[in-house]
Amino acid sequence: MLLKLEPRGETSRAMIYLTPLLAILLTLIMGAILFALLGHNPLEAMYAFFISPISNSYGLGELAVKATPLILCAIGLALGFRANVWNIGAEGQLTLGAICGGGLALWFYDSESVFLLPAMALAGALGGLAWAAIPAFLKLRFNANEILTSLMLTYVATLLLSLLVHGPYRDPDGFNFPESRLFADSALLPVMVEGTRLHLGAAVAVFVVLVAWLVVSRSFIGFQIKVIGLTPAAAGYAGFRHHSLVWLTLLTGGALAGLAGLFEVAGPIGQITPVISPGYGFTAIIVAFVGRLHPIGILGAGLLIALSYLGGETVQIEMGLPQAVTGVFQGMLLFFLLACDVLIRYRVRWSIGASQEARGTAS
Amino acid sequence: MMGMIDTLAAILVTVVTAATPLVFAATGELVNEKAGVLNLGVEGMMLVGAVSGFAAAIATGNPVIAIFVAMLAGALMAFLFGVLTLSLMANQVATGLALTMFGVGLSALIGQDYVGTPIKGLAKLSIPVLTDLPLIGPVIFGQDFLVYLSLVLVAAVAWFLKSTRAGLILRATGESHDAAHALGYSVIGIRYLAVMFGGAMSGLAGAYLSLAYTPMWAENMSAGRGWIALALVVFATWKPGRVLVGAYLFGGVTILQLHAQGAGFAVPSQALSMLPYLATIVVLVAISRDSTRIRLNAPACIGKVFHPET
Amino acid sequence: MELEVARSDAAEPVVPRLELRGIDKSFPGCKANDGVDLSILPGEIHALLGENGAGKSTLVKIIYGILHADAGTIAWEGQKTHIAGPSFARNLGIGMVFQHFSLFEALTVAENIALGVEGDHDMSRLEARIEEVSAAYGLPLDPRRHVHSLSVGERQRIEIVRCLLQDPRLLIMDEPTSVLTPQEVDTLFGTLRRLSSEGCSILYISHKLDEIKQLCDTATVLRGGKFVGACDPKEESPQSMARMMIGDDVKEPKPQGDAQVGEVVLSVADLSLQSQDPFGTDLKAVTFNVHAGEIFGIAGIAGNGQNELLAALSGEQLVPDGAAVVIGGQPSGRLGPRRRRSLGLSFVPEERHGHGAVPALRLTENAFLSGHLREKLVRWGLIDFPKTAEYAQKICESFDVRTSGINAEASSLSGGNLQKFIIGREILQRPNLMIAAQPTWGVDAGAAASIHQALIDLAASGAAVLVVSQELDELFAISDRIAVMSSGHLSAARPTAATTLEEIGLLMGGDGGAAGERMINVA
Repeated sequence: MLLKLEPRGETSRAMIYLTPLLAILLTLIMGAILFALLGHNPLEAMYAFFISPISNSYGLGELAVKATPLILCAIGLALGFRANVWNIGAEGQLTLGAICGGGLALWFYDSESVFLLPAMALAGALGGLAWAAIPAFLKLRFNANEILTSLMLTYVATLLLSLLVHGPYRDPDGFNFPESRLFADSALLPVMVEGTRLHLGAAVAVFVVLVAWLVVSRSFIGFQIKVIGLTPAAAGYAGFRHHSLVWLTLLTGGALAGLAGLFEVAGPIGQITPVISPGYGFTAIIVAFVGRLHPIGILGAGLLIALSYLGGETVQIEMGLPQAVTGVFQGMLLFFLLACDVLIRYRVRWSIGASQEARGTAS
Repeated sequence: MMGMIDTLAAILVTVVTAATPLVFAATGELVNEKAGVLNLGVEGMMLVGAVSGFAAAIATGNPVIAIFVAMLAGALMAFLFGVLTLSLMANQVATGLALTMFGVGLSALIGQDYVGTPIKGLAKLSIPVLTDLPLIGPVIFGQDFLVYLSLVLVAAVAWFLKSTRAGLILRATGESHDAAHALGYSVIGIRYLAVMFGGAMSGLAGAYLSLAYTPMWAENMSAGRGWIALALVVFATWKPGRVLVGAYLFGGVTILQLHAQGAGFAVPSQALSMLPYLATIVVLVAISRDSTRIRLNAPACIGKVFHPET
Repeated sequence: MELEVARSDAAEPVVPRLELRGIDKSFPGCKANDGVDLSILPGEIHALLGENGAGKSTLVKIIYGILHADAGTIAWEGQKTHIAGPSFARNLGIGMVFQHFSLFEALTVAENIALGVEGDHDMSRLEARIEEVSAAYGLPLDPRRHVHSLSVGERQRIEIVRCLLQDPRLLIMDEPTSVLTPQEVDTLFGTLRRLSSEGCSILYISHKLDEIKQLCDTATVLRGGKFVGACDPKEESPQSMARMMIGDDVKEPKPQGDAQVGEVVLSVADLSLQSQDPFGTDLKAVTFNVHAGEIFGIAGIAGNGQNELLAALSGEQLVPDGAAVVIGGQPSGRLGPRRRRSLGLSFVPEERHGHGAVPALRLTENAFLSGHLREKLVRWGLIDFPKTAEYAQKICESFDVRTSGINAEASSLSGGNLQKFIIGREILQRPNLMIAAQPTWGVDAGAAASIHQALIDLAASGAAVLVVSQELDELFAISDRIAVMSSGHLSAARPTAATTLEEIGLLMGGDGGAAGERMINVA
């Protein structure tokens, strides 16, 4: 190989911001190649994927609708990832949020109280929090790997949801269809912009981003999370409590994912169905990394990845391409980002042979 | 009486078939973890293996070629993981997650035209007289050839790690990459080979799903088996023989709940379907609570990035 | 095993076993070797002398093929050669005993040795050979034991036996005595002299001048990556060699005679604690007091319970019996690090990167790491950035930390500068009790002297200071009283003035000392 990696000695702050852009660029290039391989005009396909979904206000609203759960989940996951707590079960926590908060909506389906929606939000957050408390407890008490337990619980949560919509949650007038009854208006999130589906949850997500930014970059808690993730021994030295931070990050992540799940059923879906998320909880992992585990970055990354969902739908409708293209795009983006990240600590050099050649021509 | 024995034999045969993909995937992962690499992309590699094996089976009609294609696909996915984590020193956890998500998407993309296409499953062994024996006949002499291969694989890996020089070097790499490097071993090279072996085995596990276990292709058909395989490696405390025990235990749980559903228990089917996942959690907790045991058995360098020349 | 004996036929000039000419090696940001020459004769014990960072380790890594020189030539027994890698070096007959042992904790002695020797993989035959060679050289080893159950001295024997199995013609020893008791050092020297008499050349890397004077025939001195000169250690005084090594005379601080000893600040009573680490050492009834105004030294070979003791004192490991650790009159065993810090404890851990400091964070953030409590750098749950920056700036100025600025990452500082930063950070918090582990480990002589002075000044100002170190010279230079840790026990403390190096050395050997005596000087 002609390329050689050489340690920089110090991390490059410029590269921290540049590599996500580089990764996006590489993903676009690979995406164009992929579309060409699938037998489509790459430019046309790229236009259909990235531009046409957001060429009107309805599309922009959809972008925010899709980005909301991604951002909420990713903010929580990122807090954990910073502390080396690998909760990858946001999808399950999201599902529990929908089950708990949505359950409340079904229980009080004839209520017109203004407190119903806040109560649902609280129940949703608590549901996600409780689901995340399980891996936290198992990790701290029994040393069980949270990656595996949180993931297994996601499968359990999905089955639990299926069980409920086939049983207690099923609409009594629904011809045995596995769906709940439609939520009453009092249980639905208000739409913020007429003619779109943009709901109040999006505003909550932005608020959460701002609070998270304050926590991550200004607060003592954020500092503790950062240190424990970088060097646990130094955190122990400073007296930061590992257990408390694991609890804090997992429970926060669970609550935010639960909230995201509730916003889905109380927002765009409006009822409880067997599938309430096209994998937002998993995709949020990509959002968290592409956003550099930083709240503001996550805001941008969430919008970008939301666009990939919309693009996937558009190319499916317009060009007959499978929706799986979305997953491939998202996976590629994370791959390229992880690959480019080497540039933060290393610089690429042409190997000795090449540099001598260069010297030869110069003299 | 004969009817009951036949039913029991049928159940045991399915336990073995349910366990076999786990044996392949977990043994492969065990080898690359022994070399110090944690690859969380097993699920993704399995799916890509499953779909490419299935496609090759349709294209060629030859199961052996199909299996090789699946292994190659798994190894290629693992190579990608290797480039990122070994050459470009990316975080192994993040890269493994990315590999799984990429694999899910890629397999769905490749497999879109194959959904619902039926194929003939792998032939089961049939030895006159022996296979006809009650109970032990079908269970011991009536499996497909991959089941026997999985047993050979476990024995071979156990022997390789314990008794060969190459196995010793591989273990040493996972134990202390700096010391192995100082002694002149190519840590990166060894890890590439181990990771690609793990990938090939995951691919093979996937092919077993789409060619033998349920001969068809469906999106996400591995349904978390890749993750269960990862848990099995911990359960086995990195010992190949115990992978086998664990895999058969899980095969048992899986089949038990299927039969319970078939028998029409009053319990909802979804609750029964949760069993394998809950069992994984229980087993993980039971093994992990003894943290000293984990520390003594786990490869010391697992998941750590190796920076040469520092 | 047969080793060729060097023949010195007077008629022919002796061909050097190894000859290096003009070796250059650069790393980003530093030139580790700059035109280094080195010539080792058959059967010679050749010292490679230099301070930390002088380029010794880089040079031997080049000889062993782990690194490759940017320029220069290597000749092996008169033939120019390119040492492609460690296995090439081993085939030439070069063996190396690493400073930080290249051993695998979870593998057996025989497996460890098998990894370092070429050839067939027959473990039972290898085990027999290990027993044979280790018996012949007085280096007893059980090939079937796991490395994690062995003492440091035994671990070093593995490395030596691994080299001996290959009939080495050049043996490289990188700082071999830094982990040994004085008695184990004598045994090692016996083995090395015997090897040399059998014709094996030895390249002996060290910065300990008395050892080199005692053992070596020739010395090559490096300073700042450059070849400074060669000398005969037997003709030189330690002072003259130190001048070559450092470039000028070192001023060692002197303890101020009779310390003004005040009341007890730290009292440890009957502290027994099981190690968290399966490969660690349990503490057994450790008892001692440290008074205000004194420096109390704890000597001992690494791995004898020092890490466990330090964790129990700093609060990183809680002690169930709260009264076993009393800080400033307050039972503190069950208090965490932050509570102990508020009682006036400051702590400098042994590991700078990743324990005392976070390498990836800026100096300001590292100042905040332990300073936030006593310097009140948190307001309303938020970090007070201007005040933190001020504090970091003050540390850098007061303790002469050389850096591009307080926003530099800790990882960009040299070992000595980062250590000065950490010591400064802890001292500026005005502790009543300072605990410092290996305060000058891997630090250049200038920084070491200033760190020693800072600790002495701190004690003089009335703080109690506890220093845990493997360097006996250091403890003898600065401490008022010394105790020794061995296998989790702490000896009674004795005044530094009333004890000797030999006495402390024997205590360091502990139980292992007797075994060391039995096999002494086989040569």
